[in-house]
Amino acid sequence: MIKVEWFYWLCGLFFVLIALQVVNDRSNPKRHGSAAFWGILGLSFGYGTFVVNKQAPAWLLGIAVISLAVLAGSGFPGRGHEQTTTLHERARFADRFGNKLFLPALVIPVVAATFGAWLAKVKLGDGKPLLQSGSATIIGLGVASLLALAVGMALLKPKSPAVPLHEGRRLLEHIGWAAILPQMLATLGLLFNASGVGKAVGRVTDHLVPKGSLIAAVALYCIGMAVFTIIMGNAFAAFPVMTAAVGWPLLVQQFHGTPAVVFAIGMLAGFCGTLCTPMAANFNLVPAALLEMKDQYGPIKAQIPTAIPLLACNIALMYVFAF
Amino acid sequence: MWVLLAIAVVVVGFALRLNSMLVVTAAGIVAGLIGGLSPVKILNAFGDGFAGSRSVTVFIVTLPVIGLIERYGLQQQARKLIGKLKVLTTGRLLAIYLLIRQGTAALGLTSIGGPAQAVRPLIAPMAAGAAERRYGRLPEKMQEKIKGFAASADTVGLFFGEDIFVAIGSILLITGFVDATYGLHLEAIDIALWAIPTGICALLIHGVRLLLLDRRLDKLAAEAKTDSEQVAR
Repeated sequence: MIKVEWFYWLCGLFFVLIALQVVNDRSNPKRHGSAAFWGILGLSFGYGTFVVNKQAPAWLLGIAVISLAVLAGSGFPGRGHEQTTTLHERARFADRFGNKLFLPALVIPVVAATFGAWLAKVKLGDGKPLLQSGSATIIGLGVASLLALAVGMALLKPKSPAVPLHEGRRLLEHIGWAAILPQMLATLGLLFNASGVGKAVGRVTDHLVPKGSLIAAVALYCIGMAVFTIIMGNAFAAFPVMTAAVGWPLLVQQFHGTPAVVFAIGMLAGFCGTLCTPMAANFNLVPAALLEMKDQYGPIKAQIPTAIPLLACNIALMYVFAF
Repeated sequence: MWVLLAIAVVVVGFALRLNSMLVVTAAGIVAGLIGGLSPVKILNAFGDGFAGSRSVTVFIVTLPVIGLIERYGLQQQARKLIGKLKVLTTGRLLAIYLLIRQGTAALGLTSIGGPAQAVRPLIAPMAAGAAERRYGRLPEKMQEKIKGFAASADTVGLFFGEDIFVAIGSILLITGFVDATYGLHLEAIDIALWAIPTGICALLIHGVRLLLLDRRLDKLAAEAKTDSEQVAR
């Protein structure tokens, strides 16, 4: 069976190799702290395997994670001098390789989709699935990247096998600590749940429900999903809270709404919130970093004018179709 | 009720644009302490949360190959290719990408797009290339606008497409939570079908906004031109 943990170790190895490169990069004024950041991150990826399997204490990883946050708050990781081709050289290469350059980029979606749609269902001789269940997408992305890299190396024949590592570091240094912000936010969600933030918000919304008005109850459920998602960064965290507070007792039990419609559209109302919040870092802040945008809130600003009318659509759709 | 202070930490921290990693860490510690968790439990939560969410960072394994083909002129080639397709303006290109992204996500093929493997190497440079053909060199304001909308096409397409696919996490969460808590027996396919009306609305709203982006770029280009003329005087 192909296990997802292998690819977490691959990520860990990548970060450790980056750390080794950075510590020797004299053009990077912050090389020691930066190398520490990438190194701790890489080791945490491997150590995480044992935490998930309950073979090692989680608090040790907790200390490592908090030290990553402190390093990030102190201005690490920094960037070194980029060793890549100039724009002029790139234009010449583009003339030389032409549309073949797209080939490695297209290998990624094709292979990843093959894994997600087809290999995910393949079983081995002993009846176990070929890919660890529930992880086909991640495994597919990992295998696809390796295959694409092999195609790219064969096609472009760079002088040194270390070139992709240098180029990967160039992109990673642009992203910086934002690369692991989504994981920090997932952790925050866990702590919010454990300490009862969800329940407290549920109690607040309880006071807001007007008696007897269907449209007000629908609006409260949808807007509540969106607002709670903006706060938590994740509609999955908002759904149980808002459903327990409004969706189930009011919309389904009192007003006899069709459960499938209420809950499906309620979740999508939450997604409207995801479009608007920096807390959903992987969807909103990481792309801004990847695209080297000056304004880290640029994608959110492009999305808010879609999110608001779409939320109104959700309220109308639920009101019309669920009752 | 005092745990809501943790939310205040997040809101104030983001509003003051403090380092997000520190803000999030502080909010987590505040929530844990007010919620009565012991320091060891808080550290355990940080460890468990990090270990359990490693999947969201796996996109970084695409960076070496993306960086490699960028080194050999991928973005330049993407711009060149789009330069030949004169009918494709920035807005139309992004609207087509939105349609493809949403359609493939609805079939469960969520890894076809994504900011690392599609938007940075292909979609954003193509969108910029289409604008360069029309306006020449782009001022920073226009570049930023195009990048923001390129990222948004990917995200909106993913969100409101994937929920139409039966075996996606959010649908399994809905049926799992509702069935376990309230004793219902919801069919995943019903939830998926009821995601279609919202999906159509999302495609129409964001698609129209992407098409209108061309006009906004016209305006920005005109403004930039008058600005530079004033400077020249």
